[in-house]
Amino acid sequence: MASRSYAMVELSQLKTGDVLPTFTTPPVSRLTLALYCGASGDHNPMHVDIDYAKAGGSPDVFAHGMLSMGYLGRLLTNWVPQRRIREYGVRFVAITQVGEAITCSGTVTELFDVNGERRARLSLQTTNQHGQVKLTGDAVVAIA
Amino acid sequence: MIDPRHIGHTLPPYVVDVEKGRLKFFAKAIGQTDPVYSDEATAKAAGHPSLPVPPTFLFCMEMDSPNPGALRDLLDLPVPKVLHGEQRFTYHAMAFAGDTLTFQQRIADIYAKKGGLLEFVVRETRVTNQHGQHVADLHGITVVRHG
Repeated sequence: MASRSYAMVELSQLKTGDVLPTFTTPPVSRLTLALYCGASGDHNPMHVDIDYAKAGGSPDVFAHGMLSMGYLGRLLTNWVPQRRIREYGVRFVAITQVGEAITCSGTVTELFDVNGERRARLSLQTTNQHGQVKLTGDAVVAIA
Repeated sequence: MIDPRHIGHTLPPYVVDVEKGRLKFFAKAIGQTDPVYSDEATAKAAGHPSLPVPPTFLFCMEMDSPNPGALRDLLDLPVPKVLHGEQRFTYHAMAFAGDTLTFQQRIADIYAKKGGLLEFVVRETRVTNQHGQHVADLHGITVVRHG
């Protein structure tokens, strides 16, 4: 059966295996990293100063893990109002490099009740344009 | 080796203001185009008192500690070998521009894998707002890679 993608209004019909509407970011640029550096307050030079990165043995600057977690957070808030998000976590599996376009995707893995609240557990991931997994994660959202 | 006697250590709590301009800048930085995160009128129409703090911004505010290196200094972590391994949020209440949030950090665990080649520091941070309401718990794992 083809996996189905659900809008808010259909949340009560949600089933295990349903997928969230996916999206792909524009390629991560040095400007992307500079903006995230300033806005996030993470001023680690490894992400914005190529001279520093090279001195430390890295060929180039690379993306903040939390930038990708921010992208994946958009996957959640595009799908449900933020007040429904109960938990959200990720593991940083591989480094996201400059020039990579990041695809954010999620799948419903479990439906359950906590204190009378119907909830869905989601499996989340980001991948680059070659399908390499960068972040894996999960979230719990209230669906009713 | 990171000294495991620091397990359970609590760092001094600190307060961070949620600034509207910073939230707009953050929305731009993560490509968030939903106006509820950048336009106050839209946020209010959606039932929020002001711009909401998006799901991962609490981590940024956690880094706005008066001494962002407190944990690193306490544990004597070698900065170039440090990586962010995992990050988790448990949400209890939304936070908004204009709120004043208190961050209380605790070292929940310290352990090693692969015969000490990888060391892990687990940090638990409790976030409360100016009304004493529990906003969220953050769970962050820092990895130190040796060799």
